[in-house]
Amino acid sequence: MNLLDLLLEPLTYDFMVRALATVLVAAIVCAVLSCWLVLIGWSLMGDAVSHAVLPGVVLAYIVGAPFALGAVVFGFLAVALIGAVRDTSRIKEDAAIGIVFTTLFALGLVLISVTPSQTDLSHIIFGNLLGVSWTDLVQVMVLGAVTFTILVAKRRDFTLFAFDPTHAHAIGLNPRVLGAALLGLLALTSVVALQAVGVILVVAMLIIPGATAHLLTDRFGRMLVIAPTLSAVCAVVGLYLSYYLDAASGAMVVLAQGAAFVVVYLFSPRHGLVGTRVMARRRRRPLTPAAP
Amino acid sequence: MTAAISVQDVTVHYGEVLALDRATLDVAPGRVCALIGMNGSGKSTLFKTIMGLVRPDSGTVRVTGQSPAQARRSGAVGYVPQSEDVDWSFPLSVRDVVMTGRYGHMGFTRRPRAADHDAVEHALTRVELTDLASRQIGQLSGGQRKRAFVARGIAQGARILLLDEPFAGVDKRTEATMTRLLRELADDGATVLVSTHDLHTLPALADEAILLMRRVLLHASPAEVLQPEALALAFGLDVLNRGDAA
Repeated sequence: MNLLDLLLEPLTYDFMVRALATVLVAAIVCAVLSCWLVLIGWSLMGDAVSHAVLPGVVLAYIVGAPFALGAVVFGFLAVALIGAVRDTSRIKEDAAIGIVFTTLFALGLVLISVTPSQTDLSHIIFGNLLGVSWTDLVQVMVLGAVTFTILVAKRRDFTLFAFDPTHAHAIGLNPRVLGAALLGLLALTSVVALQAVGVILVVAMLIIPGATAHLLTDRFGRMLVIAPTLSAVCAVVGLYLSYYLDAASGAMVVLAQGAAFVVVYLFSPRHGLVGTRVMARRRRRPLTPAAP
Repeated sequence: MTAAISVQDVTVHYGEVLALDRATLDVAPGRVCALIGMNGSGKSTLFKTIMGLVRPDSGTVRVTGQSPAQARRSGAVGYVPQSEDVDWSFPLSVRDVVMTGRYGHMGFTRRPRAADHDAVEHALTRVELTDLASRQIGQLSGGQRKRAFVARGIAQGARILLLDEPFAGVDKRTEATMTRLLRELADDGATVLVSTHDLHTLPALADEAILLMRRVLLHASPAEVLQPEALALAFGLDVLNRGDAA
């Protein structure tokens, strides 16, 4: 069996085609968003919102509303509650985040446990890449396209918001609106990604690609290309590995992204651990000549 | 002539804490005005009020004769942040940062046009950073970083420029370059409000100075403000012995 067969064989199954399309959309949209999340310092916020959408999604399922609606409502609810706990008590932000998102996540789990047709909903937690239906795929495609388009069209505003919200305010933009837009897109992206890797691992796809790209470049524009490219490659590699090793597909995708991060962390030309050590040694050399 | 910056009877509280107490000041166009006071004297609050980041409990603020919101929308307000408020590892080049000064003039997606590129190159030339324009912002020295943000205000076409502690942690040469640059901008008609701890730069830098201690203690020429009796009002008596106020 040659390489081409290895690559094509899984795609003879419809479920693998749907899985591949879903995971690619999720990987790309998450990666684009992750560029801003890691630079603003919202990784923990990404973790919180992606978990807190769970009860929203379950309630939407129960009343027959779109998942995206429930997710956005609970995403904003989580952010509002975190802000309220932080600002009106002596509790610090990280603790407020921890309290709010775990409670909402638990509420989601309870709702799942008391809702009939549990099999469908438990997939939200760990993802069910191989069980994605055509309807699911259409939803992922539409949400992904909307989110991607807004992020790319307004990328310069979001970058300014991340870099210097005070200047954004001073030139008449509204940083609050930009921040709220990013959080709303974060909730939508969580819906896209939970089909692929599940609620628990969404946060990996929302942090790792942006963090990896930040180690590779000093240009935000390039980050926006590197992060989704890398994320898409990892998604494909992870999916194929899961197929041939018969392992959990969503988790394998995240594992591939984690492995890519480790490689870049060590060997990135300018910001990698090895590279900076070597450069530091080179700089020291003239002062301490090597022994013969 | 309308004042470029007009603050009338402005009081600001943060919760129970009184940050500004009936502060009143007018700065005419084309002047460099230094804002002097201890930490907690309300300098940052005054900046935030002028920019509309803080809403005063009472009193009015006018910027170039307009409300702060109108002034912001017209691009009149330029701002140079304190160094510790900036993420220097952010993946933007010097040119990218200066270009953000143009965003108020751009369309929905902020795609730069020829006029925007021209304004950015002009601003970079003005602060002598053209050769370093492609560097990542954190790869500049302390003084170059400050100039990059001043260039952003120039590219923006800001008629008032607010600088929060621009001389903190910069060397003498940088201080002189910055002073010259701010003087030139004022000669071109910009109004510069600069908060500083550095009293010895005052005569060369500023046309006028304000001693702030939640309210305006004194608004006069640098020479008058530097009188020991005046400084003692703002800093307490020990400043008389030390000659500066760190």
